[in-house]
Amino acid sequence: MFIDPHAHMISRTTDDYEAMAASGVVAVIEPAFWLGQPRTNVGSYLDYLSSIVGFERFRASQFGIRHYCTIGLNSKEANNEELAEGVMELIPRFALKEGVVAIGEIGYDEQTALEDKYFRLQLELAKELDLPVMIHTPHRDKKNGTSRSMDVCIEHGVDPGKVVVDHNNEETVREVLDRGFWAGFSIYPSTKMGNVRMVEILRKYGAERVIVDSACDWGISEVLAVAKTAQLAIQTGIPADQVRLACYQNALDVYGQSGQMKEEDWLNPQAIDQRALYEGNSILRGGREPVVGSTKDRRSMDDLIIE
Amino acid sequence: MRDAAVALLKEWIFRRLDGNTRDWLANQAVRVAAEQGNVALHVAFGLVPRRLGKGMLDLTPDEEQAADRCIEGWKPGTWSLVDAGRILLLAGLPEKDPDFAPRFRTLCQTADLAESISLYRGLPLYPVPESLEPQVGEGLRTNMRSVFDAIAHHNPYPMRHFDAHRWNHMVLKALFVGSPLAPIEGLDARANEELARIMRDFAHERWAAGRQVPHEIWRCVGPFATGEALDDLDRVLATGSPLERKAAAMALAASPDPGAKERLNRLPDLAQDIASGRLSWATLA
Repeated sequence: MFIDPHAHMISRTTDDYEAMAASGVVAVIEPAFWLGQPRTNVGSYLDYLSSIVGFERFRASQFGIRHYCTIGLNSKEANNEELAEGVMELIPRFALKEGVVAIGEIGYDEQTALEDKYFRLQLELAKELDLPVMIHTPHRDKKNGTSRSMDVCIEHGVDPGKVVVDHNNEETVREVLDRGFWAGFSIYPSTKMGNVRMVEILRKYGAERVIVDSACDWGISEVLAVAKTAQLAIQTGIPADQVRLACYQNALDVYGQSGQMKEEDWLNPQAIDQRALYEGNSILRGGREPVVGSTKDRRSMDDLIIE
Repeated sequence: MRDAAVALLKEWIFRRLDGNTRDWLANQAVRVAAEQGNVALHVAFGLVPRRLGKGMLDLTPDEEQAADRCIEGWKPGTWSLVDAGRILLLAGLPEKDPDFAPRFRTLCQTADLAESISLYRGLPLYPVPESLEPQVGEGLRTNMRSVFDAIAHHNPYPMRHFDAHRWNHMVLKALFVGSPLAPIEGLDARANEELARIMRDFAHERWAAGRQVPHEIWRCVGPFATGEALDDLDRVLATGSPLERKAAAMALAASPDPGAKERLNRLPDLAQDIASGRLSWATLA
């Protein structure tokens, strides 16, 4: 069983959901994010947030996957002050919805004054609502941006045990772990982290507070990243219990602090959830043997008949 | 009638909650009724599951009967405690409240999946019900079956407030999303010739595509099964599954056409089961 704790499913297809389910993913967390281009008004942000607490949750359930999300104003759009002010009014309306496990992904992109302002405001909100935090660390000036993100958390009295610092690499991991934060790694081709490197990180630092995710989105990304990393780790001699921590348990532990995510949700869903979230899925997925790669390649021309 | 129903709901919920949670819910209801705007309402809606937990309302048979006596077709037997708590907050608002429809709409627009279900399940208990009809129409456009079912099943609102067009499209969509027709309140009372035509066209489409025709469509056809509709029923009787043949026989029994009676006479076993009540739409559901 795997959890992919950073996956922008709204940008992905049903084939992806099928492949993830077949690989052993039982739950995904969808962080609120940027669409690949800037939003022009707060209305589209409202519709987006309502999609990730509503329809996307349902869509995932059709494949037997439990869907959770995080709510927040991303760092890029924090630079549009008019939009940001509007979004800040929306966030409290969405942060208490069912299945919202954190405020996120928030943090820095270019490390501007506006990004800093809204990052801090959202940390205060997370404290007030007693929710974990998911931090997006910047692609550029990453090392400095990562340190600064943690400094600001400490300054605001946010407990590092409730904060996932995501998109780490070899340069940032030590400081994040040493300061008591959770270290997320996005196995994302070309730009973030590869899985061979990831396995080396597990070997060097162990799996305590280490979290593997795909960060799959509208870019060239890999929905099977968690399963493929787990398989590679097992093949190269990382102990199974360590792999389980990094690819399943740690995400559950940190985001479970929201009170909105429990193992029973997918192992033994309650009647009220069965009604809404497992439509057409009489078979619950808990304990299935994960396999990487779908049993049937949906994109192959060999499978000619469409009924 | 509505007041009595709200009182019943309150009684059932309070019977199932501890004192602290009861007080909390009662306080929320007062705050929601007093506020200008929607902040307290949105917060209360979000907090209800955290306070009331994930249990079901689990009505006793007596309680279920009381509901149906109070509002015909109101069947809250499948509600969760959370549904009940949220609905109580809204149902307690005043009878002629002009702000109710916009508040309801705002809640629907930002609802999570479970909230959407609660909102629509509560329709029979809300003030100014006719003003909610456009939003309920919006709710039926959902792609989420559990939300669609919250409106269409065990709910007297559609039979009371939908015009024929909205009604017919709800029934038709139920078939398309794989939702059973039997739990639709007023299905026989609201049967109409246009719906029978739509259903027959639907059957022809399915046959042309080589796909299954849901047996329940013949329930909507039966009372208007004359002329060529009888040919459709002949086809079902000749080629359908046992379940489909029973449904076709039921449709013949409801038909005003003398030709239907002749056909039924040629099916003595089925005719007898229908006459004795051993076979009914309820047994086919």
